[in-house]
Amino acid sequence: MTELFINAVVSGLLLGGFYAAVALGLSIVFGRLDIVNIAHPAFVIIGSYVTFYVNENFGLDPIVASFLFLPLFFLFGIGMYRFYYVCFERTGQESLTGLAYFFGIMFIIEVLLILVYGVDYRNVQAPYIGETLWINDWVPLGNFKVSLPYRMLVPFIVASAVTGGVYLYLSKTFMGRAILAVSQDRIALQLMGADPIKVKQWAFGIAIATAAIAGALLIVIHPVEPSVGRLYIGRVFAIVILGGMGSVSGTFFAALMIGIAETLISTFIGPSWAPAAAYGILLVTLAVRPQGLFGRG
Amino acid sequence: MKLNKFWPIIAALFLVGIAFTMVVDNEYYFYAAYAVMQLMIMGIAWNILGGFTGYVNFGSGGFFAVGAYTTVFLHRAFDAPPLLIAVLVAPIVSGLIGLGVGYFTLRLKGVYFAIATLAVAIILETIVVNWEYVGGAGGYYLLIPEDVVFFDSYIEWLFVLILAITLIAIIVSRYLNSSKIGQGLAAIRDDELAAECMGVPTLKLKLISTTVMGGLMGAAGAPFPYFITFVEPASAFNLLVAVMAIAVPMIGGTASWIGPVIGGLLLGTIQETVTVNISSELNLLIVGVVLVGFISLAPQGITGLYQDFIHFIRKRRKGNG
Repeated sequence: MTELFINAVVSGLLLGGFYAAVALGLSIVFGRLDIVNIAHPAFVIIGSYVTFYVNENFGLDPIVASFLFLPLFFLFGIGMYRFYYVCFERTGQESLTGLAYFFGIMFIIEVLLILVYGVDYRNVQAPYIGETLWINDWVPLGNFKVSLPYRMLVPFIVASAVTGGVYLYLSKTFMGRAILAVSQDRIALQLMGADPIKVKQWAFGIAIATAAIAGALLIVIHPVEPSVGRLYIGRVFAIVILGGMGSVSGTFFAALMIGIAETLISTFIGPSWAPAAAYGILLVTLAVRPQGLFGRG
Repeated sequence: MKLNKFWPIIAALFLVGIAFTMVVDNEYYFYAAYAVMQLMIMGIAWNILGGFTGYVNFGSGGFFAVGAYTTVFLHRAFDAPPLLIAVLVAPIVSGLIGLGVGYFTLRLKGVYFAIATLAVAIILETIVVNWEYVGGAGGYYLLIPEDVVFFDSYIEWLFVLILAITLIAIIVSRYLNSSKIGQGLAAIRDDELAAECMGVPTLKLKLISTTVMGGLMGAAGAPFPYFITFVEPASAFNLLVAVMAIAVPMIGGTASWIGPVIGGLLLGTIQETVTVNISSELNLLIVGVVLVGFISLAPQGITGLYQDFIHFIRKRRKGNG
């Protein structure tokens, strides 16, 4: 029982780290720019398919491949924001129609991927997939056996590194601080001589770029088909809201929490109940503490 | 549409529908018309909350599935009672769930509400997946009754039924739109705080709005198990339902009751034509592209375009005369 519990917590922690990578981009876009990019998981799936394509054809490591595509995703994000700005934000009707717009985009991405790749599950090849690190080999734990599969451990490490990088970028660099400023007081930023639209499109580009990495991590963790992204919509929104809207560190801890909650439920109650975990936590949070667990105010 | 013309048209549509079942033999037309009208009801239902009140609901699939699973539950529990009973019970169940959901989530604003509805739909789906009594994840088969009273085949009866539900949905939606309730809802959409200050009972109106939305969505879902004879959570709770329910009013226009009617007719017809003639994947792609296209280029939908057009003509006449 204890062994089962510890293993569930450990694998939940690893899963949560990956969730953090998926939620990171949304945390910036939804938490800081107030853009409800419900299509974010769909961009993650594009990342998965891009890495799948590179891995299949050139045998490159999926995570390395995703880093090569970062500039492309960044530019794509900038383009997306430009269009969004021209059509919705400029006319001040982003709330209702913007939401429906991203819903439609998500749908188009999904159908296009189905048209190109079909509905079969795709996976990637990498030397670490399938191997497991046994903690017992390193630390004497008595009778306990605690396992860390590399296909979970590697994404966890990469996700933590990316989260740390984005955290430092947002808090230390000029542009990062400008992104924070645009979410706090747009007019003041304008008075300081910075163009909020440029700052916002930069932030959107970064957010979509993180989706490329998250996509690579996703396809390392489990095989991907075009509609897998749907499973992540509620989950990532739950994480971002729990994490306190735009707080990178809060998002990371909220992601770990959701990951642990899901694995515990799936271990002790049943895997078919696990999807409800994040949503249940989200509904309770929204009802009791809408500013999130780690939010201010 | 003038007030005095509305009721005769509704009655005429119903009679034409009945006449249709007597004249037409090819069953395909009934299946196609059923699909179009189901889509229309979803659009009308979504629009009552999303269009009139301004609260975006992503959980349409959940309410639709509650309707469908009420039918399944009654089918299992009472040894296949007449469909009409299910159609009467389902809107009550889904309406009550709508009321409950509304009560818990309506103090959330905008985006939070939208995400909460999505969460509710997924939680309902998880419950149904784990509820073996109604088939669980594997799904549930229904046998269509052999003997049909009055009509030549079961699909004709389903067709007349969904026609009646559609007309009722239109009547309800038009009533909500043009009555005092509708003005209150519009006030909430435009500025909820101001509406509250002016004495509009916002919470009550929003609860009416979610309840009616849930009820109509459930009514659309109730005959669904008989239409496809096999229900599984993945198809009943499909996100596609939510996308469709949003696309219909967005294309037709969200401000008035006629918008989703036009949108449903247009989108449904396009869909049926493309599915039959080309492929069902392409059909989904077209829905997505048409939705995004309308949202970005004509946010007021077809009714908005029509009003702009009328406005333009009048201006020109004035200019010339």
